[in-house]
Amino acid sequence: MISRRSFCKKTLLVAGGLAVPLSALELFDPRRLLAEKDQKAPRWVFLVDTHKCVGCGFCVKGCKVENEIPYDANVTRTWVERYVITKDGRTHVDSPLAARDGFKSSSIDIGHGKFQEIGEGEIDKAFFVPKLCNQCDNPPCVQVCPVGATYQTEDGVVLVDRQWCIGCGYCIMGCPYGVRFFHPVHHVADKCNFCYHRITKGMNTACVDSCPFGARKVGNLRDPEDPVTKAVTTERVNVLKEEYGTKPQVFYLGLSKEVK
Amino acid sequence: MKSHVWRPLYVVLVIVALVLVARTVLVPADFGIGSRGYMYGWHRAGNEQQWKDVKVKYKTAQYCVNCHRDKYDEIRLSPHAAIGCENCHGPALGHPEDPKTLTIDRSRELCARCHFRLEYATSGRGKIRGINPKTHHPELDCVTCHWPHDPRKEGHQP
Repeated sequence: MISRRSFCKKTLLVAGGLAVPLSALELFDPRRLLAEKDQKAPRWVFLVDTHKCVGCGFCVKGCKVENEIPYDANVTRTWVERYVITKDGRTHVDSPLAARDGFKSSSIDIGHGKFQEIGEGEIDKAFFVPKLCNQCDNPPCVQVCPVGATYQTEDGVVLVDRQWCIGCGYCIMGCPYGVRFFHPVHHVADKCNFCYHRITKGMNTACVDSCPFGARKVGNLRDPEDPVTKAVTTERVNVLKEEYGTKPQVFYLGLSKEVK
Repeated sequence: MKSHVWRPLYVVLVIVALVLVARTVLVPADFGIGSRGYMYGWHRAGNEQQWKDVKVKYKTAQYCVNCHRDKYDEIRLSPHAAIGCENCHGPALGHPEDPKTLTIDRSRELCARCHFRLEYATSGRGKIRGINPKTHHPELDCVTCHWPHDPRKEGHQP
């Protein structure tokens, strides 16, 4: 037989217990707290200024040589796209040889060896957009890897373990930006890694160093004094395919709606 | 209970044991959950160092200036100031010991990367002085008339 006093006590206890939100019971993760407090570990991000890019393709050449990507194979870690929007509202995009040798023709490469000539008077606007791995905060390529061969480091760069990759190609399919490819020599998935061997030595990436126009910049988002951080936090930057929820970390200045 | 009931269980236990033994042999010791958690950080820790150990090939103009101060100063005061040495001369790698000579690119195609005229007023490209390589002295190298370290000067004389 339950007494009135004990019934009231227990009721209050249960009601009070239910009122405690689940989040209040979450234990503090010391590593997370340390990461938020300690500003030492960098978070590498990239800033592309499309106003400055002229489509010379030195970045693609530099990347291919630096990272030993077969020069004449049609694979690359970075590339430059040309967008020509004509007065009839149509968008023409091409990237011949990933712009490794720049753009040697004013006509648009529409594939299968065919070119479309566009007259000077027809052009509404034309510009160049460099592309590379977005080193997403939510990388779908890492989620789909069945063997743990691709992963994200503490500083935000997504790497591929060439010894562990089985070459199944799920990550190449999973990347919404199409930055991954199958390495023709090593027979594994490959992608831009922000020149991990350079940025960890305090250098710039090979593409940043080879760009004569300052269109590309690599920076540390956890350093408030970094010029890239300042640009990302104070200027009007945009990212590619935000709707996919991948939280891309390559920021673009002057991105036009035609760029996908 | 009779042994024929237990026998399949023993078989299962042996298979589980074999898988566990194979796993300890095949999976590297440093395989584990990294700082980005199970979903993004599940990897072989030693691979991070392998990527850091990749050889640096482009050493930037700050490396070239150690010996070629005169060339460096000339181009820094010219309209070509922004162009890095290695864009045309090739990566320094182990220069000067290895390789002794660099892969210097004097081709028309190299200059045409920027100086092939494209009428794109909305891009930086439209602001660069350019020519059509098909009609502008197609038989000559650009460096015959234009000195690349300072395009205001005359080029290589044979």
